[in-house]
Amino acid sequence: MKSVVRVASGQGFWGDSLEAPRQQVEGGHVDYLMLDYLAEVTMSILQKQKERDPFTGYAGDFVGAIESVLPAITERGVRVVANAGGVNPPACAAAIRTLADHGHAADKLRIAVVTGDDLLGRLDELIEGGHALANMETGVPLSAVRDQVLAANAYIGSGPIVEGLDRGANVVITGRSTDTALTMAPLRYEFGWGATDWDKLAAGIVAGHIIECGAQCSGGNCLYEWRSIPDLANVGYPIAEASPDGSFIITKHEGTGGRVSLPSVTEQLVYEMGDPREYITPDVVADFTSIRLEDAGPDRVRVFGIKGRPATDKLKVSIAYRAGFKAVGTLVYSWPEALDKAKAADRILRERLDRLGLRFDQVLTEFVGFSATHGQLAIESRADCEPPEVQLRVGVRGSNRRDVERFTREIAPLVLNGPPSVTGFAGGRPKVEEIVAYWPALIDKSVITTQVDIV
Amino acid sequence: MKIRLVDLAHARSGDKGDTANVGVIALRPEWYPALERLVTTEAVERHFHGVIDGPVVRYELPNLNALNFLLHGALDGGGTLSLKTDAQGKVFSTALLRMFVDVPDDEARRLGMVPAKVSS
Repeated sequence: MKSVVRVASGQGFWGDSLEAPRQQVEGGHVDYLMLDYLAEVTMSILQKQKERDPFTGYAGDFVGAIESVLPAITERGVRVVANAGGVNPPACAAAIRTLADHGHAADKLRIAVVTGDDLLGRLDELIEGGHALANMETGVPLSAVRDQVLAANAYIGSGPIVEGLDRGANVVITGRSTDTALTMAPLRYEFGWGATDWDKLAAGIVAGHIIECGAQCSGGNCLYEWRSIPDLANVGYPIAEASPDGSFIITKHEGTGGRVSLPSVTEQLVYEMGDPREYITPDVVADFTSIRLEDAGPDRVRVFGIKGRPATDKLKVSIAYRAGFKAVGTLVYSWPEALDKAKAADRILRERLDRLGLRFDQVLTEFVGFSATHGQLAIESRADCEPPEVQLRVGVRGSNRRDVERFTREIAPLVLNGPPSVTGFAGGRPKVEEIVAYWPALIDKSVITTQVDIV
Repeated sequence: MKIRLVDLAHARSGDKGDTANVGVIALRPEWYPALERLVTTEAVERHFHGVIDGPVVRYELPNLNALNFLLHGALDGGGTLSLKTDAQGKVFSTALLRMFVDVPDDEARRLGMVPAKVSS
């Protein structure tokens, strides 16, 4: 057994740095490269792509990422774990297989594909079988929006990834596995942690939580003494350096920018947190109030003491459904009295929408540069200064596409027939967007069966 | 002594559906007890009155010198439904740091806290 395993994070979401994966395998020794591509909205975007073309539906960036790290995989034994498969892991694997064949690495790449998370084809059967898939926030059963559902995927845990590694894969591709499992599974595999080693599994999950958002734990988006964080242009992505006992060190490659410190790691620990004693995953319930942090030298933070409890008998399901339409229009008003002009324009616009008899579920106005981010809490700046310019930003949401379309035609006329000193309309008419909303639900673990194929 | 939270803590926020979470972390470990005592659920509810639609829930993480707040009904429906610039609650962190707390003078001086320049 290795005494230390280094898992490097090379992607915090689909759209993150294209350079990070390569930098992570070239900047120093790592055993695993972990790439997290999936956010709540991503699955529905991928499902739409797959409907148009059955050979898509996965994170396309992953192919370029693998190409950029291929020598590290084939010559230095770095293994890759990624949820890049989206709603079509087999197609993703086929693309990587083609890449390997062209790169004369065909016999050196062993790809494991994890499936079984996709529930779209089973939804009616599940609902008929008494699984309500009620919305975790509202309690409404899924049958209420069944016809609008675009994608439905269960969040799966570390088990199938461990199996893939155990069967010799050096690239493991999953669909909707949890972000944290991508880090925990390699540690579980390397250190032989059992399915009931709750504290160690929880430690792996915490390591995953810290590095799953890429550089957001190594100096990116860090509020603490942000001016002093060096060389963000060359920011180092994080590495979890784990030991068999479940303790680990968060660090980054030497010579990179950014900073790994107690404040940078703590900010990431509290990110998107609910009840800290109940961080629920398919494998274990981790207790974030047990985490201990210790400064372990420059750009090194030691994490230890983590406690876990048995997992629940449910899995979370991520469901995407069509939920109407929206559009957002903006105009910029300049000094003098920029705010008053923007407010007047908003009143006029709303009156015109009323006269047209348009129906919306929501009309939201923000004054960017004044109150868009902090609302009325920004009151002191109102008293202190007159802003040099204000962006009027009006959004509408509704179930009727035609009404939303009509709204987009009412912005530009304000330039000539509304309050003065207005500009910033060069982007043209606002675009109508179909809303694909997120429906979180729970399902019994017993009805989900995952499968691992080596291709 | 009136002190602004931005001079006592740093923070990060994120989202879960229509709920924003704000993790507030003491800038110095010795300031955490004052945060736990003064940045109460009620105080945060008052601070965000009229800005969010739902209740506030607080959790304590003394091991990290941090508090975690859930602000329900903060994101105009959240995710892709929201029309807000900050649909994912990324800057609710700094909105909370605008808050003022009253720390007894002797405690503030002993712990080296900085009084607020503005106090509205």
